[in-house]
Amino acid sequence: MPILEYLWIIPLLPLAGAAVNGIFGRVWTKKAITSIALGSTTLAFIAALELAREFAALSPEQVPWIKTYFVWISAGNFRSDFTLQVDQLTVVMLLVVTGVGWLIHIYSTGYMAEDVGYQRFFAYLNLFMFFMLLLVLAANYLLMFVGWEGVGLCSYLLIGYFFLKQSATDAGNKAFWVNRVGDFGFILGLLLMLSTFGSLDFAAVLPRVAGMPSEPLGQAGVLTTIALLLFAGATGKSAQLPLYVWLPDAMEGPTPVSALIHAATMVTAGVYMVARSHVIFLKAPVAMEVVAVIGCLTALFAATIGMVQTDMKKVLAYSTVSQLGYMFLACGVGAFGAGIFHLMTHAFFKGLLFLAAGSVIHALGGEQDMRKMGGLRKKIPWTFWTMLTATLAIAGAPGFSGFFSKDEILLAAQRASTPLWALGVLTAGLTSFYMFRLMFLTFFGKERFDKHQVHAHESPRSMLAPLIVLAILAICGGWIAAPQLWGGVNYFDHFLAPVFALAPSAAVDVVAGEAGPGGASDLLQALFSAPVIAGALGFFLAWWLYVRNPETPKQWAESLSPPYKLLSGKYFVDELYAAAVVRPLVWLSDKVLWRAIDEGVIDGAVNGIARVSHESSDRLRLLSSGNTRSYASWVVLGAVVLTSLLLWLAG
Amino acid sequence: MVPVSYYLALSGVLFGLGMIAFVFKRNIITVFMSIELMLNAVNLAFVAFSRALGQLQGQVFVFFVIVVAAAEAAVGLGIILVIARNRQTLNVERVDSLKH
Repeated sequence: MPILEYLWIIPLLPLAGAAVNGIFGRVWTKKAITSIALGSTTLAFIAALELAREFAALSPEQVPWIKTYFVWISAGNFRSDFTLQVDQLTVVMLLVVTGVGWLIHIYSTGYMAEDVGYQRFFAYLNLFMFFMLLLVLAANYLLMFVGWEGVGLCSYLLIGYFFLKQSATDAGNKAFWVNRVGDFGFILGLLLMLSTFGSLDFAAVLPRVAGMPSEPLGQAGVLTTIALLLFAGATGKSAQLPLYVWLPDAMEGPTPVSALIHAATMVTAGVYMVARSHVIFLKAPVAMEVVAVIGCLTALFAATIGMVQTDMKKVLAYSTVSQLGYMFLACGVGAFGAGIFHLMTHAFFKGLLFLAAGSVIHALGGEQDMRKMGGLRKKIPWTFWTMLTATLAIAGAPGFSGFFSKDEILLAAQRASTPLWALGVLTAGLTSFYMFRLMFLTFFGKERFDKHQVHAHESPRSMLAPLIVLAILAICGGWIAAPQLWGGVNYFDHFLAPVFALAPSAAVDVVAGEAGPGGASDLLQALFSAPVIAGALGFFLAWWLYVRNPETPKQWAESLSPPYKLLSGKYFVDELYAAAVVRPLVWLSDKVLWRAIDEGVIDGAVNGIARVSHESSDRLRLLSSGNTRSYASWVVLGAVVLTSLLLWLAG
Repeated sequence: MVPVSYYLALSGVLFGLGMIAFVFKRNIITVFMSIELMLNAVNLAFVAFSRALGQLQGQVFVFFVIVVAAAEAAVGLGIILVIARNRQTLNVERVDSLKH
């Protein structure tokens, strides 16, 4: 079993690619850079596939497969090893990260072909792959945290990739700082875990938590605190309320980065972390409620903002925030398998949406404003059809991947709480509306761009191939769960079941309880379930507004001015944060920390010492008269003083 | 037998005279001689203690002091000669170039 023995190879491959391109890329040709970057990710993907094959042959007792390679930190009683682990959850994440990452690398070779920072871009992108793989392979929280921070660093570097643009560097800083807030919670959670259990290894902590009693709703104890602190980290990384504000701004980065980091992989790290720690969360019902409510509210909140955005990538960004909310909703109601399932299908269709959006932007020479698009259906047919697939998938059209994962989440939510379910269904309708609005504005109607300046053209083959592969995945990615529609087994949940053995998996219950004989009516029920109807309504509303009566949206925006302004202003959350957090902090740093403490106390102390010694030496200087006899007098005086002192002390 | 305190008193007087001369005299040679006077005052105290305690160490010290004083006299007179030649003066108050 070669790969299972040498797990470290998988993250090391992209790290090597990043190192080589980072060091030599400047002097090498574009072809060499491409082959290094693409080669390392291809090999990582192949390694992940091979790992999945070998993993399937393991007996259940050997899972999770844990390999310790060396002692990483050893201080006093604390010890943390470089340990990697593979279980079903890791396999899913590995395949998603390396697979989607590989496709996006291919796409990037076309998209970034003309960019001057070609080698820098691929070095960062490979580095990101390394940290992401470390994050999902880590067998303890500390190593996971290294990956967690590493992907944050790469995210920062790639958002600010066009560093000559002020808005790009600002957005990078914003992402970094907002994530610090969440990471602070994460670190506190880890410290509390360390002081409670004395270890950060999954294998040491989680079984002990599993043996502890559940903390009832009324009394929140140490497990609830740990869970909430970990979730604070997740809200930062996965852009949930109240820390989602960085993700829409992160769209300043190149589009492949938006697809890979800010849609398909990094932002789902929070979901992965919560799913990985599900044992802790299950023992803390308060934390579960918080996760579910935050997830649900984020989903709705971001979807409403997404409805009125005019920047194509901003719509997709808010859509990502919204879909991540769904995943947390699933985790919060105990359906961790459904959350991970949606994570996977979302990686396919949202990655595809971003790549297709990149293709549109590429075709129009950098235009992102949907008001200046339109009628592109015939000009860039491949992009249109693949993007339509992804739109159908995210809108939850029956048969597409998003349908299965979203329905599973909403089914689990329905069993947990009706209000959560209702909000989820409403969000599904809004999702469908804003996605079809995007499609209609972009591909239908009149051509609103300047035809003399812009020559819309289809993208090169290196960009279209990943689109097609992802489109196939966006359609078929959910079929693995399809048999449960006619009373069969949801193979995805079945595969993950050993990991989430403790969870009262809603989906498994569905298979066992509600399905069974009369599967055909279940099928009909699923096809005409509330989310599907909501999605259809969203589609018709978008069609009616943007195809049938293209003048109406403007009138509505005018007649419904206050709510429209509230939405297009993104609920003015950025302004609120600026007034409540940023400005007081700036004031504190400027007036107190800088002027008072730094200039007053610290500089004052240094300058004061200098001034005192200067002035005192000015006086002492007078003692050095140069006159031998005065020196002699001082010697005599000193001798007399010393002698009397000695005599006095002795006597 | 004369008590040791007498010797010590004489030694102290000699040392005090030497010290006062050292501080108040301006002629380098006189200053130099006052140093010799102080050394010999100390020598007297050493010898007196040596005799009173019946130990030889004090006398050995005296020999050391005499030898060092001789060497010092040689070097010191050399320096005085050079100063006198360069500055045409033996007044210590005019030898104050350390200040500048």
